[in-house]
Amino acid sequence: MSAKEITVALVGNPNTGKSTLFNALTGLRQKVGNYPGVTVARKSGRCDCGDGLKVELVDLPGLYSLAAASPDEQVVTDVLLGSLEGSQQPDAIVVVLDATNLLRNLFLASQLAELNLPLALVLNQADIAHEQGLKIDTNLLSQRLGGVPVILTSAWKGEGIASVRRAIAEVLNKKTKMTRLTWPSQVESALNTIVQAIQTDTSIAPSNADAQRILFSSNAHTSDRLGWSQSQRISVIRQARDQVRAAGFNPLAAEPLIHYAHLRKVLEGVVSGGAGKQGNAAALDRVLLHRVMGPILFIGIMLGLFASVFWLAKFPMQWIQSGVDFLKAIIAPTLSSTPMLQSLVTDGIIAGVGAFLVFLPQILILFLFVGILEDSGYMARAAFIMDRLFSWCGLNGKSFVPLLSGYACAIPGLLSTRTIEDPKARLATAFAVPFMSCSARFPIYALMCAAFIGPLYGPGWESVVMVGMHCVGLIFAIPTAFVLTRFILKVKPQPFVLELPRYQMPKPRDVLWRMWQNAAEFISKAGTVIFAITIIIWALCYFPRDAQMAEKIKTAEPTLNTQELQARTQAAMIEQSWMGRFGKTIQPVFDPCGFDWKITVGVLASFPAREVIVSTLGVTYSIGKGAEADSQHLRLAMQDAKWTEGPRKSTPIFSLAAVLALMVFFALCSQCGPTIATLAQETGGWKWATISFFYMTILAWVMAVVVYQCVIRLT
Amino acid sequence: MTPLSQLLPGQFGKLVSLNPDRAVDQRLMALGLLPGMALKLVRRAPLGDPLAIEFGGQVVSLRLAEAESLIVDVAADCPVQRPKNNS
Repeated sequence: MSAKEITVALVGNPNTGKSTLFNALTGLRQKVGNYPGVTVARKSGRCDCGDGLKVELVDLPGLYSLAAASPDEQVVTDVLLGSLEGSQQPDAIVVVLDATNLLRNLFLASQLAELNLPLALVLNQADIAHEQGLKIDTNLLSQRLGGVPVILTSAWKGEGIASVRRAIAEVLNKKTKMTRLTWPSQVESALNTIVQAIQTDTSIAPSNADAQRILFSSNAHTSDRLGWSQSQRISVIRQARDQVRAAGFNPLAAEPLIHYAHLRKVLEGVVSGGAGKQGNAAALDRVLLHRVMGPILFIGIMLGLFASVFWLAKFPMQWIQSGVDFLKAIIAPTLSSTPMLQSLVTDGIIAGVGAFLVFLPQILILFLFVGILEDSGYMARAAFIMDRLFSWCGLNGKSFVPLLSGYACAIPGLLSTRTIEDPKARLATAFAVPFMSCSARFPIYALMCAAFIGPLYGPGWESVVMVGMHCVGLIFAIPTAFVLTRFILKVKPQPFVLELPRYQMPKPRDVLWRMWQNAAEFISKAGTVIFAITIIIWALCYFPRDAQMAEKIKTAEPTLNTQELQARTQAAMIEQSWMGRFGKTIQPVFDPCGFDWKITVGVLASFPAREVIVSTLGVTYSIGKGAEADSQHLRLAMQDAKWTEGPRKSTPIFSLAAVLALMVFFALCSQCGPTIATLAQETGGWKWATISFFYMTILAWVMAVVVYQCVIRLT
Repeated sequence: MTPLSQLLPGQFGKLVSLNPDRAVDQRLMALGLLPGMALKLVRRAPLGDPLAIEFGGQVVSLRLAEAESLIVDVAADCPVQRPKNNS
């Protein structure tokens, strides 16, 4: 963004169709980034306003008030005041309002007028207002507000977009500002008191809008930003608030009271008709929020969502997997003269790209669903239905979709925590998502159950263990969220005040575009980290290399056939690689869980992606690569495996205790590079990702020790 | 004078007072829920909490615990008994 470029901010309440308007105005020529230091997405795009005038249009998060209770709202306020580092104050503001509820929407516009910037009002969803029989006199409204352009649009239908472009050009040209309300004299003098005190104390001249934030908001953000010290401001603010009280207002209620009283007068005679006409929400809510039908329909919709993420995504995931294998098979022979390069390209680079591409189908499908649920208005109802189940542990109704998605895969689950407005609940939900038993944990459960639980205790117990394993994560995630929100996170909790908007048909372009933006952000941010981790683990398993290994094994055991020789060579190679050596060194740590060095290597090699455990066990148990959970060879090899030294010598390694401990370990351990990378991306830094990694891994180890030690004493 | 949390579904009235010190009430005021405003308890969620209230042409959900500080003057012609075959 060049310094000279003209920027225009798009501001409005949630559910006004602001994003649809933004997409229509920019025609998808958009950039998505982050505001510095916060996890609030910065969406901007080029908007052509005619006569060669091109402006940078910034789509700010939806908000109801500049009082800035949440970080999202804080960002909007900071951007508009021009006080956010790395972003300039916009040259003009376009306020998007819901034409069917002008009074409430004008409250934000009226606060924005105090910023004294050129401004235009877009009354969107005019088609729905028209259906409801509402007539809006835009000329009268414009006249009463100082001549600012007032445009009726229906962004959904693409109506009125050209007028918005012209209005932007007009306000930039004429610098039309919206008439500010006249504050009661005591309030005016209270604001002056604050402005003058700041000027004296900091020698910065604050704007009137700054003074209003300090006088009316209970948070200290603005004072802190202006560098107005606590000792200096306390008595001044108290004095100013006393002046407001003298006028008969509670200082924390004065702003909405005065604005709304002013706006009622502004709207007199502007809106007519519409009496008795209800929107579609009431009728649909009677069914969708019904005491019995509501939850049933909710479960149905969520099962549909889960089944799609889980099953539908399987096919494209298989295609990606076969594509990766196909590519490997093509490239491998061309590099056979240089085995190191061959392995780097196939097992490192191609596998690394495949490692994050394979998540794309699930991300795309989940965001398709989330987009439809959000844009249709159902997501708010889902949160309404589920809130009671989550509120006691500090989460909220919107935590449900991320947690459910986590059962398919943590990555889309983490990305969908963006729908949660409350930063505290968002972080706690993101922290809980990786505990959900994702599909990558399934192979190890399946292998252990098929090889040990089933044969020893019958298929009944096999299913019990399977179901139990899928609950282990949840059992630990809920208390974790409780402790996190109650005792650890210092962020102020947000009240769960949620608008239940009118139902609406989602616009395919908006849904698909947001789906793609989420996927693209995942690839560019998390993708690079995932790729790097894959390469590092490849190197640890590959080096150092003994070129004569195959020869040595052949000399020692000349009776082996080619396939056996290859498997034995692979096993020997990994045993003497850095990873193998590290596994042997660190095995004592896992000894109390009953893991031998081969399992330890499997556990360590699984940190970038837990599903590799089965194929790693295949290598360490000399079955060869590509072992599957249903591989008969692997099961037999594991059933035969015995301790070769120590107090447990010649007892089976895979006792019931060790099998259960291993499964519990995999249920809880943070063994997924992509999850850690995504967690860092979504929480705005490595702090929470690091805490999550160590917390889950240590918890997994402790619980594996507890399970092993208890079970071994009971059996 | 009844706290909003004790209203029955379908009951309506006028907001008498709220507590501007609380973040919830500040948010509701921004949405236009000010003393004197007519409001209606539309329904409770299937699990009893949160509540859906209607005022100024919009439906907003808020938690039972958050609805305590809102004092409502229930209109005299309101149904007092919860209707049997209605949610």
